[in-house]
Amino acid sequence: MKIELQHISKSFGANQVLTGVDFTVESGSVHALVGENGAGKSTLMNILTGLHKADGGTMLVDGQPTTFTGPLDAEQHGISFIHQEMNNFLQMSVVDNMFLNKELRHHGLLDEASMRKQAQQYLAQLGTQLDVDAPIGTLSVGRQQMIEIAKSLMTDAKIIIMDEPTAALTEKEIDQLFTVVRRLQQQGVGFIYISHRLEEIFEIADTVTVMRDGVAVSSAATKDVTMAGLVHDMVGRDMGDFYPERHPTPGKVALSVKNLTEPGVFRDISFAVHEGEILAFSGLMGAGRTEVMRAIFGIDRYTSGTVELFGAPVHFKSPAQAIAHKLGFLTENRKDEGLILADSLHDNIVLPSINGFRHHGLIDTKATDKFVSMLVDRLTVHPADPAAEAGSLSGGNQQKVVLAKWVGSGSQVLILDEPTRGVDVGAKREIYDLMNELTDRHVAIIMISSDLPEVLGMSDRIAVMYEGRLMGIVPTQTATQESVMTLATGNQKEAVTNGN
Amino acid sequence: MATKSAKFNLRQFIAKLGPLVALILLVILVTILSPGFLSPTNLLNLLRQVSINAVIAFGMTFVILTGGIDLSVGSILALSGAVTASMITSGIPSPLALLIGLALGAIFGLINGLLVAYGKAAAFIATLATMTIYRGATYVFTDGNPITGAKMNNSFLFQYVGRGYLFGIPFPIIIMLVAYVILFVLLHKTAFGRKTYALGGNETAAYIAGVKTKLVTVIIFTINGLMAAAAGLIQTSRLSSAQPDAGTGYEMDAIAAVVLGGTSLAGGKGRMFGTLIGALIIGTLNNGMNLLGISSFWQQIVKGIVILIAVLLDRKSSKA
Repeated sequence: MKIELQHISKSFGANQVLTGVDFTVESGSVHALVGENGAGKSTLMNILTGLHKADGGTMLVDGQPTTFTGPLDAEQHGISFIHQEMNNFLQMSVVDNMFLNKELRHHGLLDEASMRKQAQQYLAQLGTQLDVDAPIGTLSVGRQQMIEIAKSLMTDAKIIIMDEPTAALTEKEIDQLFTVVRRLQQQGVGFIYISHRLEEIFEIADTVTVMRDGVAVSSAATKDVTMAGLVHDMVGRDMGDFYPERHPTPGKVALSVKNLTEPGVFRDISFAVHEGEILAFSGLMGAGRTEVMRAIFGIDRYTSGTVELFGAPVHFKSPAQAIAHKLGFLTENRKDEGLILADSLHDNIVLPSINGFRHHGLIDTKATDKFVSMLVDRLTVHPADPAAEAGSLSGGNQQKVVLAKWVGSGSQVLILDEPTRGVDVGAKREIYDLMNELTDRHVAIIMISSDLPEVLGMSDRIAVMYEGRLMGIVPTQTATQESVMTLATGNQKEAVTNGN
Repeated sequence: MATKSAKFNLRQFIAKLGPLVALILLVILVTILSPGFLSPTNLLNLLRQVSINAVIAFGMTFVILTGGIDLSVGSILALSGAVTASMITSGIPSPLALLIGLALGAIFGLINGLLVAYGKAAAFIATLATMTIYRGATYVFTDGNPITGAKMNNSFLFQYVGRGYLFGIPFPIIIMLVAYVILFVLLHKTAFGRKTYALGGNETAAYIAGVKTKLVTVIIFTINGLMAAAAGLIQTSRLSSAQPDAGTGYEMDAIAAVVLGGTSLAGGKGRMFGTLIGALIIGTLNNGMNLLGISSFWQQIVKGIVILIAVLLDRKSSKA
C-alpha cells in the first residue's frame, strides 16, 4: 500500500495550519514526522485518517484519489492510528479491550474461549506473552503499547501511525517496541512515526520529514541528514522584534532550589531565580518542568531537596501556604486549574487575595471593586466589565485575568506555566510587556514555555530539562535555538552549561 | 448584538427571579381557588410549617453549592431532638440541653464533612451511610419509643422554641428569619461565601488560588448539621415529644427547596434567596392543597411534577 498526500492545505478559521504539504508513506517503510508542537503534524494525520477534511490537495491511495469518511473508515482500509493517549478501559481485561465492539459471538453469547485464543495469537505475533485476563490498567505502558499494536494487526493494518509511542516507555520497552516495528516492517507494514526524540529517528526511520508552521520544510532519507540539520529545520524561523527588549537588573536571590527530587518524576533539580529576573524553563512536553513547579508551590509532594524563599527555608504543603509567602502560579491549563469559568472576572481576580479584604468579617466590596477595576484597566482585559463571566472571554483575556489574580495578590515570585499558550499575537505582546513591567518592580519570574522563540526572546537565563533532570542553565545571550534543543533532546555534549 | 444581550438578560431573569415569579403565580392560583389562603392566620401557619424545612434547606444550600449533598439531615434532626428531649425529661436545665442538642448536630455534620473532605468519600455515599447510622442510633437511644414527659411541657424555654410567639409571630418563623439573615450574610458578604462558590465552581482552581478546600468543606457540613439540629429542636418542642422516626424524608424536601430556588446540583451557582423562595413554594403547595382538600397521596404526585417542571425549565434556561 502507498499513501501520497499532495499539496494538502487546511485552516481553522483564520488560522492557516497546513500549507501545501506533501507526504508519502508506503508498505515496508518507516517514515518519521518531526516538528515542534503546533507545527501541524497532528492535523496532517487527522486529515489522512479522515477526521478533518482538507481545504485543498489530494490524497492518493495506491494511485487512486481517496478520502476517508473518518478514522473508522480509514481503519477498515488498513490504516490504523495509535494515539499517544491510549483509549483503553483500564478496569477491563486485555481481551475485552482488544475485542471491544468486535466481540466474537457464539449463539448470541460471547465466545470467550476464541477471543482469548486469538488475543494470545496476535500478541505472540509481536513476541509478547501476557495474561490476557488481567485488567489492562495493571500493565505497564510498554505492554499497553504492544496491545495497541496487536489491535492494529487485528484490523489487518497496512499502515500504522504512531504518535509519540515512546513518550512513557523505559529504554528496555523502547528496544522491544523497535524490535516489533522492524519485524512488522519486514512483513510489509508501513509506519508513520511521530516523535520528539530525534535520536530515535535515526535508529528506526528510513525517511524523515520535518514540519514547521504548517509547511513540510524538508524530507529526506535518514542516512542523508544530521541531527543538527534536523534541529535547524525544526526551529529555524526569525524572531524579528516581536519581543520587547529586556533590560534586566537582577537583584538578590528570590527563590533558590537545591537537589529537589521526587522519585520517578524529577530528580536533583537545583536552580535559583533572582529578583527582577526571568528564568525560562525549556524542554519537551513531559520533561518534568510543570511537575517541579507544582511541587515547589505545594500542589504535589517532593521527597528530598530544599527550597529557600528570600533566604528562608520553606516547604509548602498547600498552595495557601505558598501564596501567604508571596508565591504565585499561573497554571498551564487555565480552564481546568486557573479560572472558575462560571464566576465573574471580579470573583476570579479577588479569590487569592480575598482574606485581605475582610473588614469586621465581611468583604469590603468597595475595596474589591476598586482593586479589580484597577487590575482590569492595567492589564487591558476586554471586556473591562468586572461582572462578565470568565468563561465568556477569549483565551488571551482569560490569561490576563489569571495574571491579574497573581499580580493582585502581590506575588514576589511568579511561576508562569505556558503564559501565552492559545493566546493571539496581540495579547501575547501585552503579556510580554506586563512581564517586563513586573520584573522592573523586582518580581522574580519563572516562565515555563515550549515555544523556543519565546524562551529566547523573553528570558534572561534558560534552564533546560529532559526526562526529569536539569540538563543545564544557559544565559540567554549566548543561547541559540539549536543549543537549547540539543539539551532538550537529552544531548548534553555540545551545550555550554552554567550551573548557577 | 441586541438580541444576544436580550437573551442573556432573559436567562439571568429566569435564573434570578424565576422562582419568585413561580411563587407569586402559585399564590395567585391558590388564592383564587381558596380565598381563605391569604388570611393572616393561614399565612402565619404556612410560614411556621415552612420554617423547619427552610432551616434545613439554608444549610443544604451551602452543601449543594460545593457540588455535594447531605442525605443525613433528617436523621440528625431526629437524633439531636431525641437526645435533647431526653436531657430535659431527666432534669437537665433546658438552656444547656438546647445547646448540647445543637452542638451534637454540629458534630454529626462535622463527621460527614471529615468523611467527604479527608476520607474522600463521595458525599452521596458518605451521607447515605451516616443517614442510616444516625437513624439507627436514634432507635437505639429511644428504644424505638417516643420521648415525652411533663418536664418538657413545663420548661418555658423549651416550649417557647416551637410554640412561643414574639410580637405575635410564631417563634419558629423568627428562628427561620434569623437563620436566613445569618446564612445569607455568610454566603454573600464574607470571604467564606466566596470560597464556597469557588470550591463548587472549580475545586482545583480554587485550591491553587489558595482556598483551603478541605477546611471549607468540613465547615459547610458542620453548619449543615447544626441547622438540621436546630430544625430538630423546633419540631421536638412543637410536638412536645421526640419521635424516633422524626424527619424521615426531610432531606428530600430540603434538596427540593434548594433546587427549586435555582441552585445547581453541579455546584457553584445559586443564591440563599432562591432557597427561601423554594421552601415557600413547597410550603404553599402543601398548604394550598390541604385547604383544597386534596388527598395527601395526590399531593405527593403534584409536588413531584412541580419539581420536575422547575428542573426542566432551569436546564432550558441555562442551556440557552
